[in-house]
Amino acid sequence: MVKEIERYGLPIVHMATITTISKSVGANRIVPTVAIPYPVGNPALAEKEEPVREELVERAITALGTEVTEPTIFKAEEI
Amino acid sequence: MSKKKVLYYLNQFFGQIGGEDQAHIPPQIKEEAVGPGTAIVGQIADAAELVATFICGDNYFNENRDAVVKELEAAYEKYQPDLVIAGPAFNAGRYGVACAGVAKFFNEKGVPVVSGMYEENPGLEEARAAAYVVSTGDSAGTMRKAIPPMVKLCQKLLKGETPKPLEDDYFAQGKRLTILVEKDGSERAMEMLLKRLKGEEFTTELPMPVFDVVEPAAAIADLSKATIALVTSGGIVPQGNPDHIQSASAQMWGKYDVSELKELKGTYCTIHGGYDPVYANEWADRVAPLDELKKLEAAGKIGSVYKYFYTTTGTGTSVANSEKFGREIGAELKEAGVDGVILTST
Repeated sequence: MVKEIERYGLPIVHMATITTISKSVGANRIVPTVAIPYPVGNPALAEKEEPVREELVERAITALGTEVTEPTIFKAEEI
Repeated sequence: MSKKKVLYYLNQFFGQIGGEDQAHIPPQIKEEAVGPGTAIVGQIADAAELVATFICGDNYFNENRDAVVKELEAAYEKYQPDLVIAGPAFNAGRYGVACAGVAKFFNEKGVPVVSGMYEENPGLEEARAAAYVVSTGDSAGTMRKAIPPMVKLCQKLLKGETPKPLEDDYFAQGKRLTILVEKDGSERAMEMLLKRLKGEEFTTELPMPVFDVVEPAAAIADLSKATIALVTSGGIVPQGNPDHIQSASAQMWGKYDVSELKELKGTYCTIHGGYDPVYANEWADRVAPLDELKKLEAAGKIGSVYKYFYTTTGTGTSVANSEKFGREIGAELKEAGVDGVILTST
C-alpha cells in the first residue's frame, strides 16, 4: 500500500514496528514505532504515554517535510 | 557414527504455548520435539537427534531482537547444533521475519538452516539468502504438504550433499556454484539463441531480478499548509464494523469521515485478527493517531487532517490486494489534493 500510494508522487511515512518489513515493502520514509499491538502508544507508561505518542507523530510529520533519496529510518533524536 | 544435532525454532503458536495472547513471551527452551518438530525430526531420526526446541513469541522476537540474539547465542554455545530448522511460517509475517532472524544468526555461525514459507511472506527476502526456504502454502492447513520437502532437504544436508533449488523446491538463494557440464558456454548460448529464434521454449541460466522501486516523493515544503491523510492496515473501524471489513486476508478497505472527531477513542475499535486487540480497543488512536494529528492541526503545525480516514486489515492480505488497495486509496488522495500521508501498521 505504501509503495502504491507513493507512486502517485505523494510523500508517505510508514509508522511500523517491524522496520525490516517496512523496508522490504518499499517504504522510503519510516518511523519505527513502539510495539505491534500499540504502534503509537504504550499502555505500560500510564500518564507518560501521551508525550511518547506526541513525539512519534511529530516525527512522522517531520519525515514528510524532509527530503530523502533512499529508504530512511527516522529515529528518535538523542536526548 | 554419532548422530547430528538439530535445534528447532518455533513461535508461541506452533510451540504450543498459546495464540496471540502469548505473542509477547520471551524465549524458552524445551529439550524435546514440539509441534511440527515432532513430525520432521521423527523422519530424520536415523541421522539426527533433536537437542533443543527454541520457542519465542512473535512480538517479543520482533520487538526485542538484541535480547533474542543473546538467547540464540547461549543456545548455540550450549547445544552446538549441526542443523537448524525454523518454521514453517507459511504466510505469517512476524513468524517469517523471526525465522529469517534465526536463519541469519545460524548462517553466520556456519550452521545450515531449513525453513518453509509462502512466497509472499515478508520474512522471505531476508531468509532465503541465509536458509533453505521451502515453498509452502499460505496457511498451516498446508502443513502436511510442507513437511516432506523440508525433510528431504534436511536429509541432504545431514549427508553433506548440496541441495539445488529446482530439484529440492526451495527459494533460490542467489548463490552461484561451480558445476561441471558437458557443453561449454558458447554452445549453450548458441542453442538458446536458436531456440529463441525458432520461437521454442528455452530456460535462461541467469534469470534477471525484477526491481520495482518507487522513488521517494518530494518532501512537503510547508507543513503548516499541508493536508495530511491518515491510513492504517491495523484494522481500525467504527464500532460495529459497518462495512464488514475482514479481520484477516482483507478483500476491501474502508473510508470514514473523521472531520468532526477529535480522536478515534470511544467510537472506533479494531477487527484485525493478527494482534492482541485489547490496547487498540481501549484507545484506537494507539494504532491510528488521529488525536495527535488533530492537535498538530490545532497548533498550526500542519494545515489540516484530511476529512477521510482510510483503513484495512494487513494480516494475511495478499500482495495483489494490498497493491490494489494502495492504488485505489492513492488515486483518491491525489484527486483530493492531499499533500502527505501517514500509514500505520501493526
